[in-house]
Amino acid sequence: MKRGPIIYVPRDSGALSVGAESVAQAIAAEALLRGIEIQLVRNGSRGLYWLEPLVEVALTPGGRRDGFGPVRRDDVASLFEAGFHTGAATAAGASSHPLALGPVDQIPYLASQQRLTFARVGIVDPVSVADYEAHGGWRGLQAALSLDPMAIVEHVVTSGLRGRGGAAFPTGIKWRTVAGASGPQKYIVANADEGDSGTFSDRMVMEGDPFMLIEGMIIAGLAVGATQGYIYLRSEYPHAHTVINQAIAAATVKGYLGGNILGSGRDFHLEVRLGAGAYICGEETALLESLEGKRGMVRPKPPLPAIEGLFGRPTVVNNVITLASVPFILAEGGAAYRDYGEGRSRGTLPLQLAGNIKHGGLVERAFGITLRELLYDYGGGSRSGRPIRAVQVGGPLGAYLPAAQFDTPIDYEAFLGIDAMLGHGGIVVFDDTVDMARMARYAMEFCAIESCGKCTPCRIGSTRGVEVVDKIVAGKERAANTALLRDLCDTMVGGSLCALGGMTPYPVLSALNHFPEDFAKS
Amino acid sequence: MPRLLPPGTKMPVRQEPATASVTAAVASAVDRHKDRPGALLPILHDVQQALGHVPEDAVPEIAQALNLSRAEVHGVVTFYHDFRSTPPGRVVIKVCRAESCQAVGGDALVAHIKQRLGVDFHGTTADGHFSLEPVYCLGNCALSPALVIGGEIHGRVTPERLDALLQAARGSA
Repeated sequence: MKRGPIIYVPRDSGALSVGAESVAQAIAAEALLRGIEIQLVRNGSRGLYWLEPLVEVALTPGGRRDGFGPVRRDDVASLFEAGFHTGAATAAGASSHPLALGPVDQIPYLASQQRLTFARVGIVDPVSVADYEAHGGWRGLQAALSLDPMAIVEHVVTSGLRGRGGAAFPTGIKWRTVAGASGPQKYIVANADEGDSGTFSDRMVMEGDPFMLIEGMIIAGLAVGATQGYIYLRSEYPHAHTVINQAIAAATVKGYLGGNILGSGRDFHLEVRLGAGAYICGEETALLESLEGKRGMVRPKPPLPAIEGLFGRPTVVNNVITLASVPFILAEGGAAYRDYGEGRSRGTLPLQLAGNIKHGGLVERAFGITLRELLYDYGGGSRSGRPIRAVQVGGPLGAYLPAAQFDTPIDYEAFLGIDAMLGHGGIVVFDDTVDMARMARYAMEFCAIESCGKCTPCRIGSTRGVEVVDKIVAGKERAANTALLRDLCDTMVGGSLCALGGMTPYPVLSALNHFPEDFAKS
Repeated sequence: MPRLLPPGTKMPVRQEPATASVTAAVASAVDRHKDRPGALLPILHDVQQALGHVPEDAVPEIAQALNLSRAEVHGVVTFYHDFRSTPPGRVVIKVCRAESCQAVGGDALVAHIKQRLGVDFHGTTADGHFSLEPVYCLGNCALSPALVIGGEIHGRVTPERLDALLQAARGSA
């Protein structure tokens, strides 16, 4: 029987990037030195990254969790000295440690969120099946096992869930298509190639609550009749790779994966495949090519992957957050999820505050919250303290928005209405030192580097785009070249095979439209 | 019309036979993965893991094992940014060039690294110690700018912090 206070130090790679590993080692060493028995748990991140490494202490299992952060290795001795492991450091009065944050779930940033999908992230031990179960895990799967496959699909349809990878296609409709397709083998593919700058919610789920993704994939398999799943994970996420493989092994031992899952007579096998550093493989058809062992070249659609996907078989390709939203939907019912949100944007969206922001991190809220609330109420303004001039929402293919558009609600249709997109929910903040012509050039450069080369507008257009932006900035025939850039963007939007070439013009044109002065400096 | 090679040019047709270490690395990777559908990427990852790169003489052997053409394997190796055909330095530095990192001094950090190492992206220092690669997002965007040194991720990296990290990496490798 383990004893002593439970001390949580995240194993999330964001926390590790600011020293969580050495803090964990220092805590273990200091406890040993002082002869204090502790239970060290390596949890995911709460998503309050400016406080990382955020160390939490619970005196009893399931008890109140007091936070301390950001903790450096050198702070550890003083934390023990102040009695952070006995509750003394957070007791009312003068003994409180300078890093004490009080009960973590009462920090306003966290307390005001609506965490349906991220309910357990940062709370549980990510590779403990028992911990997952104790925090409401597997209830969605239990419900699904008692339902007819089409009834599972209908719950997802009812929920209004749309693809969280960026395309926002109704998930239930996709599942219905795959369920209705016939074939000797069907597949569930989790798109974990989270390549958009400013996004990290997939990573947080995989590092902090991987069983939720696994459960969502099993439910998808039950719904459409698929017995094999693949998680296509980007190679830039080695920690997620480790955690998810540990979770798959643990879930297999407990009978949740493999043959005859939980004695139901149904099978579901799951395996992780690593990408190799190609942004385009986040596009679903390029991803499938890559999974098949080929160059990640985009396929023309139709046929849809739902009909002819992986190895030519009917395939559900869903983003990690989409699949991770499913256990809640099955456990609580599609209507419970649909009751959050507004218009055709139902449920919650895990938003990610990134770039030049004071309080960067994860904010899961129902659709309808405004950008301004996210940037200032949660984000606390820019990290530099200078005015926020622009934000890019939705990754490198998302539009740059000026302050005049900060009252736009987080809503798929509202964003389309201003020629922008929500994408995967990443928000990258720039202060007033940003050069928007440079960002427009970068968008074209990125497209040129990452283009799969299959279609001409993307392959050639992006390189020509860099050149034209350079000419505009240099003041060479500025009016004519600006017209040419717009024309080129029009060709890319209308003539590209996929969203890479087709949406690179969004950051370019939005920069040009909202910040024309940056293109006319010389 | 085909271009004529200057007289005396050796035709680059046959490669030297693969060295024993390459053959062994390929055989072991093929053995592990050959029965999996879509085995090529897992095999390439394992070969690179074992050798630090995917040497050109590994290509025919992998092709043979998977019943693919050499052109197909070469095409896959060269498509993905991760796979390299030359050995890297002892410590690989991957620095994020994406928007979130640019928003908080990423470009200045990149310039600083290049100046410190005296190499451009995809280069290796003359002493073979460091290789410098760009990366497009490490998923650490709330703690930008980010980079990876020798497999370890670092966030909120300043030029001063970078110098300390380089110093440590120089000592350890």
